[in-house]
Amino acid sequence: MPTIIVDGISYQVDANDNLLEALLGLGLDLPYFCWHPSMGSIGSCRQCAVIQYQDEDDQQGRLVMSCMTPVTEGAILSIDAEPAAEFRSAVIENLMINHPHDCPVCEEGGECHLQDMTVMAGHSMRHYKGLKTTHRNQYLGPLLNHEMNRCIACYRCVRYYQDYAGGTDLAVFGSRGRVYFGRHEDGVLQSEFAGNLVEVCPTGVFTDKPLSERYTRKWDLQSAPAVCTGCSMGCNISVAERYGELRRIHNRYNSEVNGYFLCDRGRFGGGFVNHEDRIRRCGVRNASGVYDPVSKQQMLEKVSALISAAGSKVVAIGSPRASLESNHLLGKLVGRENFYSGLSGREQSIINAIYAIQQTGGARIPTLREVEAADAVLILGEDVTNTSARLALSLRQTVRNRSKEMANQIQIPLWHDAAVRKLAQDEKSPLVLVTASEDRLEDVSCLTHRAGPDDTARIGYAIANIIDNRYSRPADLTDNEQTLAASIASILKNAEKPLIISGSGSLNLAVVEAAANVAWALKGENKDSGLIYCVPECNSLGVTMLHDGNSNNLDDLLSGSDDIDVAIVLENDLYRRAGSTAINSWLGKVKNLVVIDQLDNPTASVATLVLPAASFAETEGTLVNYEGRAQRSFAAFLPQGDIQGSWQWLLDIADQVGTQKFGSIRQFDQVTEDIAAQNAALSGVTKAAPDASYRSGAGQKIARMTHRASGRTAMVADVTMYEPQQPVDNTSALAFTMEGANLIKPGEVPSSLTPYIWSPGWNSNQAIIKFQAETGGALTDSDPGVRLIATASPVADLHTRHTTIPAITRHQGGSLQLVPGYHLFGSEELSAYSKAIAELTPRGYFAVHPDVAGQLGVADHDGLETQINGANVQLEVVVSESVARQCVVYSYGIDATGELVHEKRGTFKKAESWESSRPSNLIMSDR
Amino acid sequence: MSAVKNDMINVLSQQEIDAIEAEIEHLPDRKSAAIDALKIVQKYRGWVSDDSLRATAKLLEMSDEELDGIATFYSLIYRHPVGEKVVMYCDSVSCWIMGGNKVRDRLKEKLQIEPGQTTEDGKYTLLPVTCLGDCDHAPAMMVGDDLHHDLTPESLDKIFEEDA
Ligand code: SF4
Ligand code: SF4
Ligand code: FES
Repeated sequence: MPTIIVDGISYQVDANDNLLEALLGLGLDLPYFCWHPSMGSIGSCRQCAVIQYQDEDDQQGRLVMSCMTPVTEGAILSIDAEPAAEFRSAVIENLMINHPHDCPVCEEGGECHLQDMTVMAGHSMRHYKGLKTTHRNQYLGPLLNHEMNRCIACYRCVRYYQDYAGGTDLAVFGSRGRVYFGRHEDGVLQSEFAGNLVEVCPTGVFTDKPLSERYTRKWDLQSAPAVCTGCSMGCNISVAERYGELRRIHNRYNSEVNGYFLCDRGRFGGGFVNHEDRIRRCGVRNASGVYDPVSKQQMLEKVSALISAAGSKVVAIGSPRASLESNHLLGKLVGRENFYSGLSGREQSIINAIYAIQQTGGARIPTLREVEAADAVLILGEDVTNTSARLALSLRQTVRNRSKEMANQIQIPLWHDAAVRKLAQDEKSPLVLVTASEDRLEDVSCLTHRAGPDDTARIGYAIANIIDNRYSRPADLTDNEQTLAASIASILKNAEKPLIISGSGSLNLAVVEAAANVAWALKGENKDSGLIYCVPECNSLGVTMLHDGNSNNLDDLLSGSDDIDVAIVLENDLYRRAGSTAINSWLGKVKNLVVIDQLDNPTASVATLVLPAASFAETEGTLVNYEGRAQRSFAAFLPQGDIQGSWQWLLDIADQVGTQKFGSIRQFDQVTEDIAAQNAALSGVTKAAPDASYRSGAGQKIARMTHRASGRTAMVADVTMYEPQQPVDNTSALAFTMEGANLIKPGEVPSSLTPYIWSPGWNSNQAIIKFQAETGGALTDSDPGVRLIATASPVADLHTRHTTIPAITRHQGGSLQLVPGYHLFGSEELSAYSKAIAELTPRGYFAVHPDVAGQLGVADHDGLETQINGANVQLEVVVSESVARQCVVYSYGIDATGELVHEKRGTFKKAESWESSRPSNLIMSDR
Repeated sequence: MSAVKNDMINVLSQQEIDAIEAEIEHLPDRKSAAIDALKIVQKYRGWVSDDSLRATAKLLEMSDEELDGIATFYSLIYRHPVGEKVVMYCDSVSCWIMGGNKVRDRLKEKLQIEPGQTTEDGKYTLLPVTCLGDCDHAPAMMVGDDLHHDLTPESLDKIFEEDA
């Protein structure tokens, strides 16, 4: 470790850092704009200047841009020297010449990196009196505002958008003092990761549009550390409230998971919390099918009476989008034998298989950070960008490893972003895609093959067999398949850290098993192979682990013939998971349907009793992400009306029933402890975050508000001048407070309990730098979450585990293979209710290859129909070259597609009376 | 400069496409021909309209944004209509020392327009330019493709008479 001397003090720093990273890592303050810990340096803003001296005799030194200067042994530097300080102040004065004086009306104000750096650089008075350059702003879609006048031309946005996230529709135009950052013309930004511009732009050019509709300054927001429920990646978020509404979601840094970035489903998908269809009161369905509101106590009495009636048959359906705690209590209430996981049989068998593979195979499950270290990637049958978006953003960095290798060879430091990119040009590490329809990662893939799920599995099996011939080989492999598999196998064998990605996305067990074979075969070749399975929902793996991969599933229940007195459904819209005919005929056998949920969905609207459940923003819960990481999510605010956490409902019901089953469990933490005690696989969950008894060094609970808060008093000042009593939080170590408090010292508050990021002089999210052990690295207090699945050493008979190879897909008497097609905006149940997301959701569709369209006699915008399990499903036709032949891709989760998820095949014909219903928002490239 | 100036055509002409494809042939990828392609389009149309920019981007397999970023970076690619000839007078140091301002004023007077404007008859567009590489003969300007130097207000009259 080299030693450097900064203003007379010696420090040890990392030789691979540039000076800026090193100095910031030491906790020193130095202003910067264009450098970003994830994007390296380009030296464009000139803000990070320091003085470097030749040797001890050098009195003068010279100005260097710290972000462009490597750390060298014995370097003598000064941040404080007059010429450096003056230079930095002059640079910012120059940047501010065209910057408007609009902080009071700017959404960035109060958490603006530009404000922070201006103050830090000491430019406290403005001298410029001339005219400022002004720009026309653009409409960029429902997610982001554009206010170009605020731009300081640091180029972060285009570097992020194009270079980091692979977007092509945001660029810089013009030159000199007139540069403009935006689109060629007004229009919706096409990248799935555009929302990160809110945090990447150091000033208020790109701001959160849904937030600005009901705006609150950061210092007045009440926040909590939460976990995104948008998919199985488990990104860490900071969710913020004001006036009982969710106002915004911000990134919460976790070096192993999301790092600095979220996807737009995660950032903007929380709007459902404020939706008008939220269930806010307890309701009892009356004879005319309308719900009469009843009090909480009346509801508890009703539910309890139903459950405790003599000889009553009670069953319960859990949910992969509900917390471990809620699912666990539900199982406890009705007994394991009467608990159904809430996943369809098809989904459950796939996730069981995934869980079994993760435990036995010995292939690593890389974290998202580790994904970026892979040197070859194979994706089998998973549209990662649309099912698990954050993973796709990581993969866009993975393919850059080849360029890093090239840079290493000629000793270009990796933080030297422009040089590394110039050197590599289009050279990329290999990424191979085998998917059923167009994939957003194609622009970075070296080989894309289109195949339906069964054929995808065959290719996977063939690859594994080529790597290690003990693995089963498809008997009737075609020449094409053979050639393709051989070239993919050789790509993977040439790598040291190959990564195989698959998942439940194709709803096909064989795909999942084939992916395991490939990863295992590579492992056998002494490769450090990684294996990632994307699972459908935020807690799919969690509910599966809850009963060790052995719970009954929804189909077991629906196909049963028993009459049921009470069925309790926890946060689950059954109509998304099974055909309506099956559900409705089962409902005929159910006397009382009790639904605990957040939104008035089709299942809730046929319930006898409805109990309003808290959303992720309003209650605690533990979720298990794709890698088996248990993470605790906390409430930002207490919901209004009768809404409470499902786990709380279940505790209350048990209490009312007077059952002994719950023992002494009365508190959230006791539920978590009970989960850990009852399930070996989940014994670590209590460590996901400190329990409610945790107190900070000063003996206090952790305030959800900043010390700058204008006070909750102001919220009701028009009604009363008395300060309303803040609710007491007995469930967690966080507190609802009147005034807020500081979290000044990094490491003082556990990372899993940090509601928002702030440090003196650092009001924007970039304050995270003060909480990292090294710049851009792990948090001082280690990253949140605990990994529950240990990588076992491989067992000897792995090659005998998966041998059921599907036959090649052919037309079978006009029937086509049904393949789900996913959309980041629209396919996930809850986020689809968010206004901004709904605006971007495409119409439901059946997409087919032109050949198939020809055979069926349909064209774009016609309708296709299919009869499935007694239901007739009609959707609009999309004809696309990029759909595998013999497949029909349908818009998963959008419109009536719940009818389809059970079936592997369907027979289609033109829907003669089809009339397209609503205007399409679909971005063609999404299809 | 060619007389074909149909900026209403939003698809590229076969001539333009052939010329662009010929450039691409010498280059490692299609995008690398961006600047040449813009120059070709401008040669045929006098300027690059939004429609022709989009058509060119498509031909080069780039996004509109990528190509427009390049087009707007270069001040000699015109994203607004210009006159038949662009009059570019140098406004940098050498020419300024040698009386460039007088030349500019005379040009404004003659053409009855301000820098950045086009004459009513559509013949000339007046633009300042930083250095034409002819400093030893300052002040200098270009009219269309022709370079003129050692300018005086009087010599300007002659140049425009001959050009008419
Ligand atoms: S828009 Fe923001 S990120 Fe982009 S250059 Fe301007 S200040 Fe930087
Ligand atoms: S990738 Fe998934 S978990 Fe992460 S922000 Fe997006 S939806 Fe949320
Ligand atoms: S941060 Fe160093 S030049 Fe911008």
